[in-house]
Amino acid sequence: MALAERPGPSALSIGALGRSGPGWLERIPTSYWVVGVVLLCMPVVANDFILYQILGWTFILGMIALSLMFLGGYGGMVSLAQMSIAALAGYMVAILGSSGVQTISLNWPWWLYIPVAIFIAAVFATMIGALAVRTTGIYTIMITLAIAAAFFYFTRQNYTIFNGYSGFANVVPPELLGVNWRTPIPFYYLALFWAVVSYLAVVYVARSPFGLALQGIRDNPRRMSALGFNVFLHRVAAYTFASVIAAIAGILLVWQNAQISPGTAGLPAVIDILVIAIVGGIKRPIGPFIGALIYVLLRTFSPDVLQVFGLPDDRFKLLIGVGFLAIVYWSPDGVLGLWDRWRARRSRTRDPMASTGGPS
Amino acid sequence: MSGFVQRNPAGTVIMALVVAVVLWAIIAPWPAGMETAFGRKRIFLNAIFNGITLGALYFLVASGFTLIFGLMKNVNLAHGSLYLLGGYIGYEFAEATGMWLLSFVVVFLIVAAVGIALQYLVFRRMEGEDLRQTLVTIGISVVMADIMLWIWGGQSYQILTPDWLSGPVTLPLIAGLRGNGDVVYLTFPAVRIAILVASIALGILMWLALNRTRIGMLIRAGVDDRDMLAASGVKVQVVLVVVFAFGAGLAGIAGIVGGTFQSIVAGEDMRFLLASLVVVIVGGMGSILGAALGAVLIGLAEQLGSVYAPTYSVVLTFLIMALVLAFRPQGLLGR
Repeated sequence: MALAERPGPSALSIGALGRSGPGWLERIPTSYWVVGVVLLCMPVVANDFILYQILGWTFILGMIALSLMFLGGYGGMVSLAQMSIAALAGYMVAILGSSGVQTISLNWPWWLYIPVAIFIAAVFATMIGALAVRTTGIYTIMITLAIAAAFFYFTRQNYTIFNGYSGFANVVPPELLGVNWRTPIPFYYLALFWAVVSYLAVVYVARSPFGLALQGIRDNPRRMSALGFNVFLHRVAAYTFASVIAAIAGILLVWQNAQISPGTAGLPAVIDILVIAIVGGIKRPIGPFIGALIYVLLRTFSPDVLQVFGLPDDRFKLLIGVGFLAIVYWSPDGVLGLWDRWRARRSRTRDPMASTGGPS
Repeated sequence: MSGFVQRNPAGTVIMALVVAVVLWAIIAPWPAGMETAFGRKRIFLNAIFNGITLGALYFLVASGFTLIFGLMKNVNLAHGSLYLLGGYIGYEFAEATGMWLLSFVVVFLIVAAVGIALQYLVFRRMEGEDLRQTLVTIGISVVMADIMLWIWGGQSYQILTPDWLSGPVTLPLIAGLRGNGDVVYLTFPAVRIAILVASIALGILMWLALNRTRIGMLIRAGVDDRDMLAASGVKVQVVLVVVFAFGAGLAGIAGIVGGTFQSIVAGEDMRFLLASLVVVIVGGMGSILGAALGAVLIGLAEQLGSVYAPTYSVVLTFLIMALVLAFRPQGLLGR
């Protein structure tokens, strides 16, 4: 069903993009151009706070939620361990690279610790995947939730590797090309770049033979198995692929905050990622970013929103929880589902002869 | 039992040996060499008893969880919130009236009512949509956790033990030998013994109710095949409501128990949700005996781990879960 989500002519065909005929530019729909230009020109109009705190954070959370969306939307496996995988990559950057805790950090050069951090996170995720795919459906949620909680408690208790309760501070990105990547505009472009890369990667993989097989497995594992596909390996590979996106986001996250501690992957954070993915919409890769934007905006401006309802300032969780409940209750496809339905209704009322009012 | 012995003679011998060694370690006084290797026997015995008591508490929380899961095939991730709610209400009631025993009845009724409301308002409207039900319960747990934080704040509450249960009890178990050869017996808080005995009694009662009564028969039939049960003329919705109310009430009672021998504080809901998840995964979904076995295993692993390998006690719990998943994905006693 995910195949029929976006009708042919309006789709961004990455396959064509790779082969780069002169026609591929025209195939990109207008909305992509608009969003792209707006995002690229954002630093002209937005101040540092919006660039760094709101949009930078949105891209990071969106990427972690995107890895969940890939597993959940295309693989049918809702994994709650994605935040833990991101946090592990962040921890590895702090441990292998440099941080304020000189006794633990190994001070490796950046070209070594970044790939190794991503690799370790991917191995961890593959092991989680190998365990989690032994069961399906809700069991996956239970097991990954248990793993995420175990990761949180372990990092809080372990002082030899993870420095326990206090974690690591002063974790800063390397000064590549003479740029301080923690200043708002460079960090904005860095996060934007990786968010776009992960988005395109997910769109591409979803249309590759591997992604199609994965969606087939989601819809009917027995039939795919009868057709000769190795269901187990496809599912585990999906975990590995998603973990790379989560790991990159985790590294960006630790750079943005300049610190990492067990709370980074605590259970509230784990559930927030699920909330973001569901609120945005778990059927399409753009959903998590929309969800992340809503989440970050609510989180930043929640005191004002809460005042409107006459509630005390610090009841942010209540707001998120009620919003999440409302979305799950009335629109299981998230905000994107609401948008699709609104468009369908509008095109129906405008032109009664039009048979389809599908999303563009 | 005899079938198991015939099928796995080697496994039976190993298990019998392990049981014998553990029993010896619990009953006999330890020789001096063993005390230097493993530390004092009193510490070991305390860890064992604390582990079993903690297991009893986990069993109270997880048995309701596993029944609900087995019957409705939905994971109630708000189960930890019901535990916390029960603890807070029990604290308020016990503080206001001073009647510790009565608070169990009151909390059971209130939290069971919350469970019925959940069943009617949420689960019944989304029957068959597993993922959506699970997501809604996550949302409910977030909202409930924040409302409880709002009302009761972040400080921890301790429910006072009634006078007739406070103080230690001397158990007929040897904790060690004094220098002059006198035997020192183990002492243990009376309230924990009471919790342990009550949990075992409750477990036996639940087992009897499930295996010897009509409603128990209906529940077991529902766990096996709900559609068939409905087709044979049973009002499945009534069975569901009864089980949900009972499971929620048990979680509430467990809140009082937890608040009495540990404490009640925001964040405990997630801890006990996690404990129930692990217990149910280890023991097998939908099995009461499995929940008991899993609860004792996890409780022991946590306590022994925190005594002998403080940094890695969580890993030990997790390792048990991973091993069970790797070799027996349906859980130790699952089908």
